[in-house]
Amino acid sequence: MGLLGLIIPMEGGEEGSHWPPGVHSFDPKPLFPDAGIDWLNTYLLQAVIATILVIVLWLWVSKHQKVVPGFKQWCGEQLYNVVRNGIGRDALGPDYQKFTPYLLALFSFILVNNLFGQFFLSMFPTFSRVGYAYALALLTWLLYNGVGIAKHGLGGYLKMMTMPKGVPWPLYIIIIPLEILSNFIVRPVTLALRLFANLFAGHLVVIVFVVGGTLLLEQSSFLYKIAGGASLLMAYPIFALEIFVGVLQAYIFTVLTAQYVASSLADDH
Amino acid sequence: MLPIMEISGSLNMIGYGLATIGPGIGVAMVFAAVINGTARQPEARGALMSTAWIGFAVVEALAIIGIALAFAIQ
Repeated sequence: MGLLGLIIPMEGGEEGSHWPPGVHSFDPKPLFPDAGIDWLNTYLLQAVIATILVIVLWLWVSKHQKVVPGFKQWCGEQLYNVVRNGIGRDALGPDYQKFTPYLLALFSFILVNNLFGQFFLSMFPTFSRVGYAYALALLTWLLYNGVGIAKHGLGGYLKMMTMPKGVPWPLYIIIIPLEILSNFIVRPVTLALRLFANLFAGHLVVIVFVVGGTLLLEQSSFLYKIAGGASLLMAYPIFALEIFVGVLQAYIFTVLTAQYVASSLADDH
Repeated sequence: MLPIMEISGSLNMIGYGLATIGPGIGVAMVFAAVINGTARQPEARGALMSTAWIGFAVVEALAIIGIALAFAIQ
């Protein structure tokens, strides 16, 4: 790899020898390899840094608020309004203000973590490890089931979620298991896997272009070098696409959370 | 020169590629309907979008189950 490894923002610094890239490219690197603490790895560090960043950002933006907003406050309010009005109010109706803090925290946390995939020190999105995505989906699952049970009571909530009105009773034999599967199992799992799969697959494409381009550049033939250069250049549009996908996935995760909460708060199914 | 590579591994990813065709068309139809509806009646956008996100999630679920199985089944 040699010098090349220094100039090109390296996905391939260590994985370069492991062609083709795959699941193993996303293996976590322990922060202190000698200490033998495997769980203290780069992904955990990223998640913690993202948490701190989000808390500090919103504290900083909401400090010293004025009636006529300055630039800082204006920017913060724009972002806040996207989540509050565009996601919360549209989905949840009059009760939206209760859930705005959770939605905003969720949106900004996922956004920061996704942008870590393009940030030059980390280079891996936190949610390309499926466990982190499962944890977030579990939070959302607890939230929408919790508010549903709190509003309708356990029996009423289960009846609402599994027995849609206006269905002839023999059909309940099929409908009830399907609704249980769809509302309590498929929902959180797809929520987590959608986030994970988009970031994982997108980042894998970047790795293929960068590592593949690097390998091609190292070949002796001139044509291979041209192909390698083209492949490396191609990595940049893919990076731009990845930024877009990261923002979009943060938005979708938050919208779906709001929708699920709305569906368990609804008066009829 | 690159050595001639031996092609190995499973066909899972090709299967997954095939499996994304259906959800891809489905998601496209969901949002095409939303665009149509919004063009005809712009004030109904909020109501259309909230239904569309649920529909999108249900359709997308198939593609997501596909990628999960593509990695899970060896």
